[in-house]
Amino acid sequence: MSMNDTAWIDAALTSARPQAVGALLRYFRNLDTAEEAFQNACLRALKSWPQNGPPRDPAAWLIMVGRNVAIDDIRRGKKQQPLPDDDQAISDLDDAEDEIAERLDGSHYRDDILRLLFVCCHKDLPATQQIALALRIVSGLSVKQIARAFLVSEAAMEQRITRAKTRVADANVPFETPGAVERSERLVSVAAMIYLIFNEGYSASGDTAEIRSPLCEEAIRLARLLLRLFQSEPEIMGLTALLLLQHARAAARFDADGQVILLDDQDRSLWNQKLIAEGLALIDKAMRHRRSGPYQVQAAIAALHARAEKPEDTDWTQIDLLYGALEVMQPSPVITLNRAVAVSKVKGPEAALEMIEPLAPRLSNYFHYFGVRGAFLMQLGRNEEARIAFDRAIALANTTAEAAHIRMHIDRLMRDSKPRNVKAK
Amino acid sequence: MLYAILCYHDEDMVGSWSKEHDASVMQKLSAVQDKLAKQGRLGPVARLLPTTAATTLRKENPPVVLDGPFAETKEQLLGFYLVEGKNLDEVLDIARDLGEANPGGTYEIRPVGYFNQGGTKA
Repeated sequence: MSMNDTAWIDAALTSARPQAVGALLRYFRNLDTAEEAFQNACLRALKSWPQNGPPRDPAAWLIMVGRNVAIDDIRRGKKQQPLPDDDQAISDLDDAEDEIAERLDGSHYRDDILRLLFVCCHKDLPATQQIALALRIVSGLSVKQIARAFLVSEAAMEQRITRAKTRVADANVPFETPGAVERSERLVSVAAMIYLIFNEGYSASGDTAEIRSPLCEEAIRLARLLLRLFQSEPEIMGLTALLLLQHARAAARFDADGQVILLDDQDRSLWNQKLIAEGLALIDKAMRHRRSGPYQVQAAIAALHARAEKPEDTDWTQIDLLYGALEVMQPSPVITLNRAVAVSKVKGPEAALEMIEPLAPRLSNYFHYFGVRGAFLMQLGRNEEARIAFDRAIALANTTAEAAHIRMHIDRLMRDSKPRNVKAK
Repeated sequence: MLYAILCYHDEDMVGSWSKEHDASVMQKLSAVQDKLAKQGRLGPVARLLPTTAATTLRKENPPVVLDGPFAETKEQLLGFYLVEGKNLDEVLDIARDLGEANPGGTYEIRPVGYFNQGGTKA
């Protein structure tokens, strides 16, 4: 053990964090106290661990130390807070470790972490606050890091997180052990939040993709954590697989100028095969449960793209069927639009165009709708109508990246008249 | 005698390593492996995907398939080595070398009763 190499300490503190903060939150029933207790424990760990080596159970060590420091603060009147009921502070930290193993109740572990995540996605919080709070509290990213990933000032992010914490403090967080139904409801909310974190990173445009990719990695870390706690939940397998398969393409999604490279044009040798292998393994596991769900279906679609060595190897018939299943689970015009792209590959642009006509009223402000529509029209040789659709798409684009994306389609369609995938990137 | 060296470590912690740290550990480990390979004492080496990708088959009648790793412990099996050693002491020395390259966690050492070299292209 090299004493001046602290990488292992950082990793140990990061990985112990959800369990430790979760346990401290159960104990003190106050997010700020829990977080502060954990920070204090980390400071002591940074002093003690380089000399004594890592404790047998870092999370248990941090919980014990954090708890004792906070209790001392409360006793000395530094904190305006009642003492927790079961007050068993240990004054001598050096002896603490041998006793810890017996004293910490491991059965809380799962629910502590789930509660902590669940607190962050409280229904009263807007999505942006949920994500920011989770990254701060659960992942332990600094306000500066989060601000950077969200492309806002540090002061603005600080304010966002403070607001979220205040709202959570005022809300009624249940601390009794959840029942099966409640546990699965929490799991659904938490999964949705992890998906949001991932999307923040994934939907970045090329020039910010590098800055925001840590969000994707953090989301994957949280998804794996959740899956380890609930290892027989097929939808959590599906979520994790989906994130892995999407992130596997990260190195191929943008060119040197930060321009989007469409799925068909990506250099597939840049796809991360290790992540793909893990994603595929998880889908295989999930399917055995015969309890399908939206994450599993989306992961299965991503898997079909990942399995295709060349774009023309893509099994569009299966993708069409999977989008059909997704439409039943989560009816949405955007899903139908995606399905139409698959249909255009299987049955041709005529059938695809017919499929998206009814979506027009609901997607009249969605730039992808007009991009896709323009592509179908162009494939049918109706170039004038296509041009109108593309102009509309460019007018609706929210960012220069989106506009560039549409222009690229136009250029591509000019270049070749073969049916192409328009949506995926 | 062939021995397997099974690598246990806290998966959460290893999963929290930065890319750079992970790469540097792998590099140090491959230096130890190269030395053994030159002596013709290194068999297959594997690093496994996370335990979340594991499936367990319980050999009951009929067999039961479960999600996740077999043992629920603080540390998970993350990989293994097959090495040649005359006796346990020799293999313990190798394990110590590996342990220096990658501190923390545990290696389980167990003699191998059946070994198939296999012929797959990894």
